[in-house]
Amino acid sequence: MTQDPGRAAPAAATPPGEGLSNEETLAAYRVMVLARATDERCLTLQRQGRIGFYVPASGQEAAQIGAARALHAEDWVFPAYRELGVALARGVPLEALFHQFIGNSGDVLKGRQMPNHYGYREFRFVVASSPIGTQITQAVGAALAARRRKDPVVTIAFFGDGATSSNDFHAGLNFAGVYRAPTIFFCQNNQWAISLPREKQTHSATLAEKANAYGFPGVVVDGTDLFAVHRAVSDARRRAASGQGPTLIEAQVYRFGPHSTSDDPRRYRADTEVAHWKEMDPIKRAKELLIGAGVLDEARDTALWEEARAQVSRALESAEKTSPVEPGTLFDDVFAEPTPRLVEERAEFDRLLAEGVIKP
Amino acid sequence: MTELTLVQAVNRGLQQAMRDDGDVLVLGEDVGLNGGVFRATEGLLKEFGEERVLDTPLSETGIIGTAIGMALYGLKPVAEIQFLDFIYPAFDQIVSELAKFRYRSGGQYPCHVVIRSPYGGGIKGGLYHSQSTEAYFCHTAGLKVVIPSTPADAKGLLLTAIHDEDPVMFLEPKRIYRSVTGEVPDGDERVPFGRARLVREGTDVSVFAYGAMIPVVTEAANALAAEGISSEVIDLRTLVPLDEAAILASVEKTGRAVVVHEAARFCGFGGELAALLAEKAFFSLKAPVTRVTGYDTPFPYALENLYLPNVERVSHAVRTTARAG
Repeated sequence: MTQDPGRAAPAAATPPGEGLSNEETLAAYRVMVLARATDERCLTLQRQGRIGFYVPASGQEAAQIGAARALHAEDWVFPAYRELGVALARGVPLEALFHQFIGNSGDVLKGRQMPNHYGYREFRFVVASSPIGTQITQAVGAALAARRRKDPVVTIAFFGDGATSSNDFHAGLNFAGVYRAPTIFFCQNNQWAISLPREKQTHSATLAEKANAYGFPGVVVDGTDLFAVHRAVSDARRRAASGQGPTLIEAQVYRFGPHSTSDDPRRYRADTEVAHWKEMDPIKRAKELLIGAGVLDEARDTALWEEARAQVSRALESAEKTSPVEPGTLFDDVFAEPTPRLVEERAEFDRLLAEGVIKP
Repeated sequence: MTELTLVQAVNRGLQQAMRDDGDVLVLGEDVGLNGGVFRATEGLLKEFGEERVLDTPLSETGIIGTAIGMALYGLKPVAEIQFLDFIYPAFDQIVSELAKFRYRSGGQYPCHVVIRSPYGGGIKGGLYHSQSTEAYFCHTAGLKVVIPSTPADAKGLLLTAIHDEDPVMFLEPKRIYRSVTGEVPDGDERVPFGRARLVREGTDVSVFAYGAMIPVVTEAANALAAEGISSEVIDLRTLVPLDEAAILASVEKTGRAVVVHEAARFCGFGGELAALLAEKAFFSLKAPVTRVTGYDTPFPYALENLYLPNVERVSHAVRTTARAG
């Protein structure tokens, strides 16, 4: 299962210094650890019933954080729902994410979405949805809009291997090719779309080669290698920003955990496969490189993990103390101004609450 | 004022908005070089160039997804779907994305896209160039649904749609694109959403319709006047938001209501109107609310004229309703 025909053999990790300084690498590593610590805690919280659902990103940290760190602050991210590392690397506060996981009154999204389906305009991180691939065409549209405004902005769509079968993948790549959109298509091929293995998703040898048909480059990169990902996205960003058009990047990674807290991966994949990929744990690889470069040692690493776990605990504690969403917000943001019908429905709802027929 | 056909009025509305606001652009299949298969976008490519008039590849989800991205960024895209019958590849983008962006982001991401699409029968278009499926969109929270029936409304409502802050489905009755002409105000004259248009005042029966059914209903009302039946004809113009006040006021006066639309009857917009009257005008009603609609069959080709409500069917229903009770 681990040897499908198109998968590049993991090369020796690119050494630090290729685009990321030691300090930047250490900063990226901290975010990787924070993402992993968040995942580990949230899987437990979901089992305890403290959050309703969770989509883990473990195994994909180097791909996500390497990509995010190659972007500029003004770039627009169109995520799927598994982009914790990207959100953290863009600067989204962990506390904001925990408010969203719980769906309380501190949630910028007002508790409207399931956990992981977040978005923060301030960080140019567009709000995610559940349908697969829909953000891909949207990223192309935003890129064309930025070009029309003459803004030095590149857009990037994040999606998985399953999304390469979706309508919007093909439409989006086709439109981007035709209009030479300043867009990066960043596919995290984590080998499994819930229970469907990569080789049953498509008969193509690689996902990256699908870009050839749309007239622009597709590249395969070892997604467990922070530096390789950073370099690939930096190159794609340069191409996009200089008017050379889009790039498709296939970052080969592995989803260590379930698709979400609603499935058990042991039903569809072998433990030996998981073990194989865990040897290439992106966090382990980055740590080894940092130790080799003399910017990290075991003691500092332990301290870094402890700080990450403490940060998660603080964010959780703050979110759990925050009040629930106000019932009346149910009717907000359907339109800029509520229609008379919504005004009427809200009045009926308020009356039922006031009379105690329904309870908050 | 200028005398225009309905499709010319759409064209002038687009032109007006594009002249006034550099953020407005149009995209769709054959909208540029060809000026649209119905010529709604004629001349726009020449005046505004390729950056603002995008001939797109043949993919409705691509068109709407791209338009959504543009709108998120702050532009005001007007997407054309060549026929409403072909919109379904973009249904996911419209229903799951466009309609929900503002809500799902807690108000952070308004997403203002206007989707123009010719709809309805009467052009010998068969199954796939004739359908009237406005109810799908009315049923989706977050979309406004607008259907003009006159050239002045086509331009005025389109301008309102383009300068609105929410997604708008702007459905154009292609059957009367050229058969209806009228005086259209020059300039940026907008017609507000949520206000029905009183087409004809009457006292015996209220007849509610929209789009290409307005000329049919008006002709029926004129014929019935000779029989001594006074029909009040109301053009709903915007299904979302709906002018409930005008509907209720009319039925409180007449006590009788007929609803006319091309769409199939079951779960059609007429059902919503009938429910509205049952909920809010029950004690004014002197007769059952009657629906004159397309049948619950796929849209036919050879039998199109028997499928669509016509003057005879509308007259029959109004006459029966006027005499009931």
